[in-house]
Amino acid sequence: MNIVFEKRLSRSRRAAVLVPIISFILALLFGSLILLAFGVNPLEAYRVMAVGSLGSQYALTETLVKAIPLMLTGLSVSIAFRMLFWNIGAEGQLAMGGIAATYVALFLSDSLPGALTIPTMVLLGMLAGAIWGLIPALLKAFIGVNEILTTLMMNYIAILMVEYLYLGPWRDPDGYGFPGTAPFPPEAILPRLVGRVHLGIIFAIIAAFIVWFVLSRSRWGYEIRVIGENQRAARYTGINIGKNILLVMLLSGGLAGLAGMAEVSGIARRLYQGLTVGYGYTAIIVAWMANLNPWAVLFVGFFMAALLVGGDQIQIALQTPAAVALVLQGAILFFVLGGWIFVNYRIRLLRPSEPAAADELS
Amino acid sequence: MTLKTLWKSAALLMVLALAITACGGGQAEVEEPSEELKVAFIYIGQPGDLGWTYEHERGRLMLEEELGDQVETVTVPDVPEGPDAEKAIRDVVNNGADVVFTTSFGYMDPTLTVAEENSDVIFEHCSGFKTAENMSTYFGRIYQPRYLSGLVAGSMTEANLIGYVAAFPIPEVVRGINAFTLGVREVNPDAEVRVVWTNTWYDPVKEREAAEALLDEGADIIAQHQDTTEPQKAAQERGALSIGYDSDMAQFVGDTVLTSPIWNWGTYYVDTVGKVIDGSWETHQFWGGLADGVVELAELSPRVPADVASKVESEHTRIVSGEWDVFCGPINAQDGSVKIADGECMSDGDMLSMDWFVEGVVGTLEE
Repeated sequence: MNIVFEKRLSRSRRAAVLVPIISFILALLFGSLILLAFGVNPLEAYRVMAVGSLGSQYALTETLVKAIPLMLTGLSVSIAFRMLFWNIGAEGQLAMGGIAATYVALFLSDSLPGALTIPTMVLLGMLAGAIWGLIPALLKAFIGVNEILTTLMMNYIAILMVEYLYLGPWRDPDGYGFPGTAPFPPEAILPRLVGRVHLGIIFAIIAAFIVWFVLSRSRWGYEIRVIGENQRAARYTGINIGKNILLVMLLSGGLAGLAGMAEVSGIARRLYQGLTVGYGYTAIIVAWMANLNPWAVLFVGFFMAALLVGGDQIQIALQTPAAVALVLQGAILFFVLGGWIFVNYRIRLLRPSEPAAADELS
Repeated sequence: MTLKTLWKSAALLMVLALAITACGGGQAEVEEPSEELKVAFIYIGQPGDLGWTYEHERGRLMLEEELGDQVETVTVPDVPEGPDAEKAIRDVVNNGADVVFTTSFGYMDPTLTVAEENSDVIFEHCSGFKTAENMSTYFGRIYQPRYLSGLVAGSMTEANLIGYVAAFPIPEVVRGINAFTLGVREVNPDAEVRVVWTNTWYDPVKEREAAEALLDEGADIIAQHQDTTEPQKAAQERGALSIGYDSDMAQFVGDTVLTSPIWNWGTYYVDTVGKVIDGSWETHQFWGGLADGVVELAELSPRVPADVASKVESEHTRIVSGEWDVFCGPINAQDGSVKIADGECMSDGDMLSMDWFVEGVVGTLEE
C-alpha cells in the first residue's frame, strides 16, 4: 500500500480553517514535551506566554512594537514573492532605510523646517531601501544573476555599513566613546501613540492597503500575478518581465526601508546596535504563513510578534534557558507551516492496483 | 478524511494534551503575597562565559546563600545593549522585581528610563555614571589589580610587546589599559602595550581573532578587557602567556594565565540587598577598591618568579594602605608630554572620564 499526496482540485476551505488550528494544537503538544523535559509545567508556560504577550495593555503594546517591523518587512517580501522574485534582502534594505533616516536626523534636521523632518526621513529611508533592492533587481533583469544570492549577500554589506557608521564616523562625540550615534533631535522622533507603539503601525496599515490595491486592483498587480503564476505565459502575452522586476523591487525595498526608518526613529531614537535583529528574515516566514496576502501579513506579523514577546516572558517568569523559548517558537512555526501542505494536497492511501492521479506531488 | 474523523482526532489530541500537561501539573502554585524580596539581574552574556557574567552570577549565588528565604532572585541572560534592554528591564519590574541589578555599561540609559517610571523599585547599575533617587551606580577600582597584573606582564615579556584585547574605547576600558601599561612600564620601560578594539563585550569569536592578530604581530603576552576566556585560550594554543580578567582564568585555562584582575560582587550584593530589606538603602555611587575586596588580583601562576611576586606584594600593600594610587604622577601621555605632575593624583571624576592613553600604549582611541 502506498501513500500519495494528491493535489486538491480546489483549495479546501474547511482544510484552510482546520489545518492551522490542528497544527497549532500539535505544536503545543510537542512543545509540552520539551517543557516537561525542562521541568516546566506546560500549562503554566503557555499561560505565561499568552498573558505576557496579550494579557495586559503593556503586553499588547510591546507585541505591537515588535509587530511593526515584521508587518512592514513581511509586506516587502510578500510582494516580491508574488512574482516569484526571491527577495531575501529585506534585512539589508531595512538597514539602509535606517541609515538614510539617521542621516536626515543627524545632519539635515537643523536646516529643515521641523515639520518636514519626519517626512524627509520617511522619503529618504524608503528611497535608500528601494535603491538597495534595485541593485539585485538590475542584476537579475539584465544579466540573470540569481537574486537569492545577491539579496542575501547585500544584507551583510548593509549590516556592516550600519556598524561602521555608528562605531566610526557617526559615533556620538559626547558618548564617552560608547558605540552609537548621538540621540536624535525631538523633531526626528516618530510620535508614540500608546506605550512604545509609534506611528509606524499606521505606516504598516497604509502599506498593506497599497500592496493590496496594487495586487488586486491595478493592471500592474495583474502583471505581477501573471508572472508569478506562469512566467512563460506572461512573456507570450507581452508582459515586460524585466521592467516588472525593477518596479516590484523598488516597492519591496522601499517598504523594508520604511521599516528601518520606523525602527531608528520610533524605537531606538539613534542608530546603534539592535537595528538588524533578524526582522527581515522572520518576514519571510510571516509572508508565507500569510499566504502572501497583504491583510493576512498584518495578522501573522502580530502573531509572530506575540510569539517573540511571549517567549521572552517564559524565560523571565519561569527562568527557563533562552533556548527553550526559541525551540518552542520553532516548533509552532514548523507545525503550522508544515500543515499547509494539507490545504492544497490530500493524502490518499493507494492500493497497488489503483493508478495515482496524474499530478501527484513528486 | 471526513469532517467527523477530523473532529474525532482533534478531540483525541485535546485529551492527550490534557493528559500530558496534567503529568507536569500538580504543583500549580497559588499566588501568595510573597514576603521575600524579589531581586533581578540583567546579564549581557551567559553565566557560562567564565568571565564577566560568571562573576555576577557568583555574586548572585552568594546573595541567595547568605540571605536564604529573604530573597528570591531571577536572571535574564543575553540581553543586548540595544533598544531591547529597556524592555527586558521593564519586564522584570512587571514580574514583580523589587531590586534590579543591571550589569553592563550600555544599560545605563534604559535603566534610568525604567527607574524614572517606577519609583517604588530600586535600580543598581554597574559601571555607569547616571543616578536617580531610586537608581545607584556600583563599580570597582579594577585599575588597581590591573596595575599589579601589569607588573607581572612587564617583568615576564621577552618580546617587550604585550597585546591587549579591548572591548570599547570608553573611560572604563581606557583606564584599565592605562593602569596596566603603567604597571608594565614600572618594571620594564622598554615594553609596549598594543591595543586592538573588538567593539563588543561578549563575542568569543571576535575576542579570539583579536588575540590571534596580536600574537601574529609578535606579542608574547595577551591581556584583555572582554567577557570570556577566549583570548587566554588563543594565547595558550600559540605557546604564549596571558593575563586574564573578570575571574581567575587560570582555573579554566591553566598556568599560562599568569594572574587575573578579578571581581568579587557577592559582598556588595549581600550588603546592598540587606540595606534594602532593613530600609537603610539610599542612592549612592559605590566605587570600591582593593581595600574593600570588591576587586582583587588572583593568585599568581607558579610560572611567576619569586622576585616578581614580592614586587607585586609590596605594590599591593602600598595601594591598600592608601598612601599611593595608580594614577598619581609623574605620568606621561602617549606623546610623551607630562599629563600628571609629580606629587599630583587624579580625582575620581577625572579617572571616570579618562579619554587619553599613557606613554607606552600603541593604539588609538578612534576605533
